Amino acid sequence: MSNPDATVDERIKETSKLRKALIRPELGAIVGTIAVFAFFIIFAGDSGMFNAQGVLNWSTVSAQFMIIAVGACMLMIAGEFDLSVGSMIGFAGMSIAIISVTLGWPIWVAIILTFVLCIAIGALNGIIVVRTGLPSFIVTLAFLFILRGFTIFFPQLIERRTIIGGISEAAEGDWLAPLFGGKVGGGFFIWLGDLGVIEVFSRGTRAGQPVVDGIPMLIIWALGLVAIAHIILTRTQFGNWIFAAGGDAQAARYVGVPVNRVKIQMFMFTAFCACVFATCQVIEFGSAGADRGLLKEFEAIIAVVIGGALLTGGYGSVIGAALGALIFGVVQQGLFFAGVESSLFRVFLGVILLFAVILNTYIRRIITGER
Amino acid sequence: MKAVMKTVTIAVVAATTMISANAAMAEGERYVLVSHAPDSDSWWNTIKNGLALGGEQMGVTVEYRNPPTGDLADMARIIEQAAASAPDGIITTLADFDVLSGPIRNAVDSGIEVIIINSGTPAQAREVGAMMYVGQPEYDAGFAAGQRAAGDGVGSFLCVNHYIAQPASTERCQGFADGLGVPLGNQMIDSGQDPSEIQNRVMAYLNANPDTDAVLTLGPTSADPTILALDQMGLAGDIYFGTFDLGGDIVQAISDGVIQWGIDQQPFLQAYLPVVVLTNYHRFGVLPGNNINSGPGFVTADALGLVADLAGEYR
Repeated sequence: MSNPDATVDERIKETSKLRKALIRPELGAIVGTIAVFAFFIIFAGDSGMFNAQGVLNWSTVSAQFMIIAVGACMLMIAGEFDLSVGSMIGFAGMSIAIISVTLGWPIWVAIILTFVLCIAIGALNGIIVVRTGLPSFIVTLAFLFILRGFTIFFPQLIERRTIIGGISEAAEGDWLAPLFGGKVGGGFFIWLGDLGVIEVFSRGTRAGQPVVDGIPMLIIWALGLVAIAHIILTRTQFGNWIFAAGGDAQAARYVGVPVNRVKIQMFMFTAFCACVFATCQVIEFGSAGADRGLLKEFEAIIAVVIGGALLTGGYGSVIGAALGALIFGVVQQGLFFAGVESSLFRVFLGVILLFAVILNTYIRRIITGER
Repeated sequence: MKAVMKTVTIAVVAATTMISANAAMAEGERYVLVSHAPDSDSWWNTIKNGLALGGEQMGVTVEYRNPPTGDLADMARIIEQAAASAPDGIITTLADFDVLSGPIRNAVDSGIEVIIINSGTPAQAREVGAMMYVGQPEYDAGFAAGQRAAGDGVGSFLCVNHYIAQPASTERCQGFADGLGVPLGNQMIDSGQDPSEIQNRVMAYLNANPDTDAVLTLGPTSADPTILALDQMGLAGDIYFGTFDLGGDIVQAISDGVIQWGIDQQPFLQAYLPVVVLTNYHRFGVLPGNNINSGPGFVTADALGLVADLAGEYR
């Protein structure tokens, strides 16, 4: 910010605080979040959606969306797309499974190698895009198929099957695996269960234990990534470079922003996020499947767009994308609790998405006066 | 903006009516069936029909849920979600034990009766604490089919696998190979789900391997285009052809002599029986003492009658 002692410069236009608040990209998402929660509290309030199990369910799903939405959001602000995110999730999971289960290496080696591999593929995506000048839509579409193909081919070749299990056994006692598949706050939930705040199992081997035994690391990762990405984007020079690269790449180059490097780094970050998603998933579920992550790239982009980012780049917010992911997760899971027929659920989802985006655009146009 | 608000109002009113209509039906027991099938898989219509009829006849509320893309991790979340909504029973497939056993066990632990259908094994069903298993053991069904084909003089085959990401489908091919007593090797192809791709891949394989004795398909998705492929190559009725599951075209092909047999695992029963079993258990405390094998049953040209009329609907 400017030096507090400086006299007011007549070139700086005065903007009221209210107006500043209203032109934030995440405004639409905030309104949408409130609307969606109000809707489900009215129509599904007593269906189990807001008991401990229900809350954990839609939070976990939203956190999944959030992790990939953060990457997609940063990349989209930098002016590019990544359609290979979904395939990358399947690929990363399979890579961990093959290295740890088939080759028998320790799981922490598998996780680290997979991260290196994924980030390298992300970099390759970025390098091809900036070197050739091709639209990222096309380049990453190619990787969507390349990665999915390998994900089906390798396990077929090596194990003659497309789902590789046994990761839970491999992850037992490992120092790195709990960082992705563990749960935190177990004691807190036992305490809540004892107090009767949350339900406890009434029978079986886990009788007396609370139905929720901790917050999955997936959710911690999601919140952590959102916080870090938000700070980078809004509080650092690098964040300004990201906006500049997506807004007007040529103008940014003239003022010395390393546009190509920024874009490549954002592709790497997106790949990193997909890899976090995949690692949490395989550690939690104990197996990797060739069809994991199908269509997740679009879900990430949808969350980002609800969150107020522009498809053309240069405008958007990580908080908005996180709220978009929350809306997506709550709607997707909530419609079930509300008892909506399953074949209609996608219609509802589409309608709500459409409204969120239209509302976003309207608010922004009215406030900023743009056409 | 006014127009937008008007549309919003209409949408909200429509949503409200639809939800309250659903709530009105929700008296008595409520059961949720969770499958692993992607939206594109038409075979599961029979499951939906069986579920709906079971619900109607027993006077209970039934719901069908599936992961839209067939992603099993999504399916695990759907099971957790179903459990959180506290139904009286959950009917689910066990398509991948690693992924699904945790959520199913949690549902059982929170006092919900679970019946495993279609995928998985009776042993796995017992392990997750399910009440029973209703389905067709896939490997055994493939093995039985392989033995039958061996008896008919088959020595090599092509297995057209249209759902390669599902372990059960590979088990069918493996079972068939073991039943024949030959190694599976590259006799199984990943055909994808697109009909014209399947047709052309089958033709390509048979052109490249002209001494193939038999074709095995894993359901209508791969069987229907394979029938066309054989027609086009002049092999229809000439090459030994068996398939899993039934559908309109398959039944026609059986009566035409193009397909020797179809293995019917009776999906109708897999959805219908659990509803009946659960309702009777909850109302009267009665329960069959064992798992129920809904298949394999071989449907040949001699026994088509009813099958032909109801294929794809209840058969």
